[in-house]
Amino acid sequence: MDAEYIKVTLMPLLQVNVVEIRYKNTVVTSDLSFHVNEGEIVSLLGPSGCGKTSILRAIAGFEPVREGEIFLADQLMSYPGYVVPPEQRRLGMVFQDYSLFPHMTIQKNICFGLRGLSNRAQIRVTDEMLTMVGLPGYNKRYPHELSGGQQQRVALARALAVKPRLLLMDEPFSSLDVELRARLSFEVREILKEQKITAILVTHNQLEAFAMCDMVGVMNHGRILQWDTPFNLYHEPADRFVATFIGQGVFLQGTVLTPDSVDTEAGVIQGDAPLEWPAGTSVDVLVRPDDVVPDEHGPLHGKIVNKVFKGEDVMYTLQLPNGASVMSVFPSHEQYDIGAMINVRIAADHVVAFAR
Amino acid sequence: MEKAPLPNRPKHRPVRHPRWRRYLPNPWVAGTVAIATLIALPVITVTSFIFVPAGEVWDHLVATVLQDYIVNSLILMVGVAAGTLIIGVSTAWLTTMCSFPGRRIFEWALLLPMAFPAYIIAYTYTGLLDFAGPVQTALREWFAWSYGDYWFPELRSIGGAIVMLSLVLYPYVYLLSRAAFLEQSSHAMDASRMLGCGPWRSFLLISLPSARPAIIAGLSLALMETLADYGTVQYFGVSNFTTGIFRTWFGLGDAAAAAQLSALLMTFVFALIVIERWSRSRARYHMTGQRSTPLPTYRLRIGKTCLAWLACGLPLTLGFLLPGGLLVSWSMATAAYVVDDRFWQLVFNSVTLAGSAALFALLLALYMAYSKRLTGGMGTNSAVRLAAMGYAIPGTVIAVGVMLPFGWFDNTIDAWARETFGVSTGLLLSGTLFAVMFAYMVRFLAVSLQTVEAGLGKIRPSMDETARSLGHRPLEVLGRIHLPLMRGSVLTAILLVFVDVMKELPATLILRPFNFNTLAVRAYELATDERLMDASSAAVAIVAAGILPVILLSRSITRSRSALQGRTAITETARMAAQPA
Amino acid sequence: MLLGVALCVGPGQNATAEEVNLYSARKEELIKPLLDKFTAKTGIKVNLVTGSADALLKRLETEGKNTPADMFITTDAGRLHRAKAAGVLQAISSPVLEKNIPAEFRDAKGYWFGLSLRARPIMYAKGRLDPAELSTYEALADAKWKGRICVRSSENIYNQSLVASMIVANGEEATEKWAEGLVRNLARPPRGGDEDQIKAAAAGQCDIAIANTYYLGGMLHSRDPGERAAAEKIAIFWPNQKDRGVHVNVSGAGVTRWAPHRDTAVKLLEFLITDEAQEWYAQVNNEYPAKPGIPESPALIKAWGRFKADTISLSQLGEYNAAAVKLMDRAGWK
Repeated sequence: MDAEYIKVTLMPLLQVNVVEIRYKNTVVTSDLSFHVNEGEIVSLLGPSGCGKTSILRAIAGFEPVREGEIFLADQLMSYPGYVVPPEQRRLGMVFQDYSLFPHMTIQKNICFGLRGLSNRAQIRVTDEMLTMVGLPGYNKRYPHELSGGQQQRVALARALAVKPRLLLMDEPFSSLDVELRARLSFEVREILKEQKITAILVTHNQLEAFAMCDMVGVMNHGRILQWDTPFNLYHEPADRFVATFIGQGVFLQGTVLTPDSVDTEAGVIQGDAPLEWPAGTSVDVLVRPDDVVPDEHGPLHGKIVNKVFKGEDVMYTLQLPNGASVMSVFPSHEQYDIGAMINVRIAADHVVAFAR
Repeated sequence: MEKAPLPNRPKHRPVRHPRWRRYLPNPWVAGTVAIATLIALPVITVTSFIFVPAGEVWDHLVATVLQDYIVNSLILMVGVAAGTLIIGVSTAWLTTMCSFPGRRIFEWALLLPMAFPAYIIAYTYTGLLDFAGPVQTALREWFAWSYGDYWFPELRSIGGAIVMLSLVLYPYVYLLSRAAFLEQSSHAMDASRMLGCGPWRSFLLISLPSARPAIIAGLSLALMETLADYGTVQYFGVSNFTTGIFRTWFGLGDAAAAAQLSALLMTFVFALIVIERWSRSRARYHMTGQRSTPLPTYRLRIGKTCLAWLACGLPLTLGFLLPGGLLVSWSMATAAYVVDDRFWQLVFNSVTLAGSAALFALLLALYMAYSKRLTGGMGTNSAVRLAAMGYAIPGTVIAVGVMLPFGWFDNTIDAWARETFGVSTGLLLSGTLFAVMFAYMVRFLAVSLQTVEAGLGKIRPSMDETARSLGHRPLEVLGRIHLPLMRGSVLTAILLVFVDVMKELPATLILRPFNFNTLAVRAYELATDERLMDASSAAVAIVAAGILPVILLSRSITRSRSALQGRTAITETARMAAQPA
Repeated sequence: MLLGVALCVGPGQNATAEEVNLYSARKEELIKPLLDKFTAKTGIKVNLVTGSADALLKRLETEGKNTPADMFITTDAGRLHRAKAAGVLQAISSPVLEKNIPAEFRDAKGYWFGLSLRARPIMYAKGRLDPAELSTYEALADAKWKGRICVRSSENIYNQSLVASMIVANGEEATEKWAEGLVRNLARPPRGGDEDQIKAAAAGQCDIAIANTYYLGGMLHSRDPGERAAAEKIAIFWPNQKDRGVHVNVSGAGVTRWAPHRDTAVKLLEFLITDEAQEWYAQVNNEYPAKPGIPESPALIKAWGRFKADTISLSQLGEYNAAAVKLMDRAGWK
């Protein structure tokens, strides 16, 4: 391949530059850019159809780009009309459906990407990999003899066996049950960090993204809306969509009162930083359930209209006298019935607001 | 407040891209489109005659026989539809849902009539049942009747043609509906019975409606074969489109009018294809269902067992045992002077030809289907469609469609060579086995292609992507992942084309080189010469070659009860059929 | 493997003079033994492709001047005429052929030559009618034969030729009337081949069948006793003996226009008209020799008796073929 090598100084491991991807002439994503640094685990998070998988496939080399380019380290991988084939990119990929080759043993699967290995070397690599993913001794099994979680561990081992420059994971845990999903995402993070693997996770599940990743890009309609740490995404969403997609909460209508406070349907909310709008601007203020805390003497008096028991805590929806509603999380032992009236207060230390 | 950081944009440097790469054709797409165009050439050649004005003859056809052609073709289709549906669906249901002694044998034996070319069964029955045949003669002798004293169904009529075609074509419907019944979730049946429906009502309300797409797909295959049949209708004196095309082309010597008839025929075929595709897309939807648990089998009591035997035994006897037995007995009587070195040469020719055609079709099909999988664009998709067109078109039309462009090619090259080098190249392609092979590809590539496509379709794309991201090139992926995973489909594709080519007649007859004959040619020549007994050995050899694959396929279907496995292979299995004479 | 087979059976483009290539509409069984005799006698190898005449003609046309075929053999004059009209035959002048084949059985310019005669008389079931009632083809349209006649489909070239000969004799209008009358008299819709018509007559489904004689001969020699018994019940009536004579067709051959082995082909043609070959036609397939004066050796043919054959030029059968087909379509002759 006569790919053009472009020297770029202080390069991140992966650069996606103003990329446009189309599928059958429908633009899936355009003007999309981000980069991933060596050793980082990042996630592309978004609802289905937001284009996150297309990006991943473009990075892997399965999807051509119509505009822009993709660099891996200092190598140009994709630009319009040209794609370095996936098999020459040295990336690892893990899919939702595990994609183990059913006609091969676990050992054969793991060594699939390693050419010209002697049988002994194969056994050594397989043992090492299986130990790493916590499945020692499974060499001779066939994929169908393993549970879903075990299969996904093998898939990970297979992808890591080739020492990929970058690991791509496409909804890797979606086929697993909730408990296993949480455990495995934690374990995988441990493994990746230990092996110093750079990885991109594509998922629609924020818990998974938050559990595994250093940075998360929230996507919708083919664009990255915010690229940030999980904490900031939750507490300082930069966009109305991010605010609703990440976590729960309601918007209260309000008017900017002073540079750092807003007068809302639920009273004045005081923030710790100045807002960007002049006083008198109409805004919507995001109120998370954990911002609304029970307080016998709280200024807000609401009627419980809905209640969802979640084990350790309970999520109540309260209707305020002026018709606005807020959500609130109470510890599980504080039990109220639907229709009961309770007092709460808003305990936000910063204000997240969007101009109306 | 401070705006959260947006994705970090690295400094964008202008990069010079050699844009011309964009316009280079992908080799997979280009190759596939080229093959498809080549394969479609005969069909295109024939249809191009539509644009030649055919005034007088066409008017004559419209004034006299066209109505007959249309009406007879329709009656034939309706009749065969009814026949194959009744036999196919009922036997499929009995062998899937009911438990009675002998069921396991019927499961595969009911497929056997598939191995019979339709024209051979027609000749055989005529010999048996005609007015002058042994049955009627015996009746007359026993009862001292003479002509006019009694009524006996006339075999050589449109009704007879319907029966003959139904007997050899019902296995399509049987195969597909059986596969569909096997796939059905037993939960639905359980629920139905819990709600108080008996077996019969459950069948009508649950099984039948959910198997409908598969049944329609099988039916449309049977009907395409019906439309392409020439031997049976011609022998029975039923004038329809196929006989009309021959008569117009050869008897009236008007290629344009014949092509217009062909075009009209193709509208029928097209309608069938649309119906089949529609039902298939539905079928795919059904396939996403859960893996089924073992099916409920209704245990039949003695009385009903007898009825089941009758229902399954009758088509088997009439479609295979009786005509097969007759042929075998005739061939025993004549083998002494029919089976000689020349006969074994014919067997060798047929098997070699069919074997090579099957392998060659498989290679082409693998290339095209894989290219479609790799690129998946409009180009490859329509190319694959295009290449599959030949299946429903009568063999003679295809043979002429092969002959014309090949002759043109040969003569053009020859003229050029003479002009430039003063050397004559003669005929390079015409009258060679290559031309015969090419015609087989035109006619049967669809069979191979769809089987392979179906097999590939069952392998999830993430398998390819995993393998490629692990550093394997597309062809390596094909060899190391796909081929091992779709062994069944590959075998099916080979067997189906093999059997089809064994039976193929018109293209072989018209295109073959000097001194080259096959079993089908021999059987046909003797049979049309009304020397049925002498023809029987060749016929038996053809049928015997067809039986083994049929049984193998049937076994693989029963084994792959996880419907997803067997389903599409079965659809394609159903394409095995009697070739028109 | 395929290539190997192709090479073995290839048509032999760079042919020496010692071979000749045939496209034959006569089935292998009914020509190969004769060709083997020719090879044995002359050492010339004969390569053969059989098939339907129409298809082979089409093949000749598309192969054009590069065709390997030297000779085109058919079983009727109509197709020979069509081949001539399509320009794929060449005129041969051979004193041997011209001397031995009567003018009406060959093309005037030597484009094709009839090699054996196929008579298409009326056949009747012995005892069920008095042969005195029969006279001509024309008379078969008479209402007294209602429901008593069997004949095969109008798709068949022999029927097309018969009707063409009647168009020549009586004109198109009269022939169409006749065809309508004949269709009214049919015992059953046309189906099957000539043998089936004979069998139907033998079994009593009809009293009269129109068929070529050699089919009856074949049945009489059949290995199947049933067929022999049926054939025994049938007798031949030679119609139109007082006027133009029985309709005859020929099986014949022409040398192709671009024949690479023209001289060998002529040699083969001349062989096919030798006494030995002519007798073979009669012995093997109960056809009549085209060459006058050949002893009608099989007892069978002798028993059927001599007849007067229609002497119209067979070229005309080809010329009127399309007209005949359309006429039969109009008359409802299936």
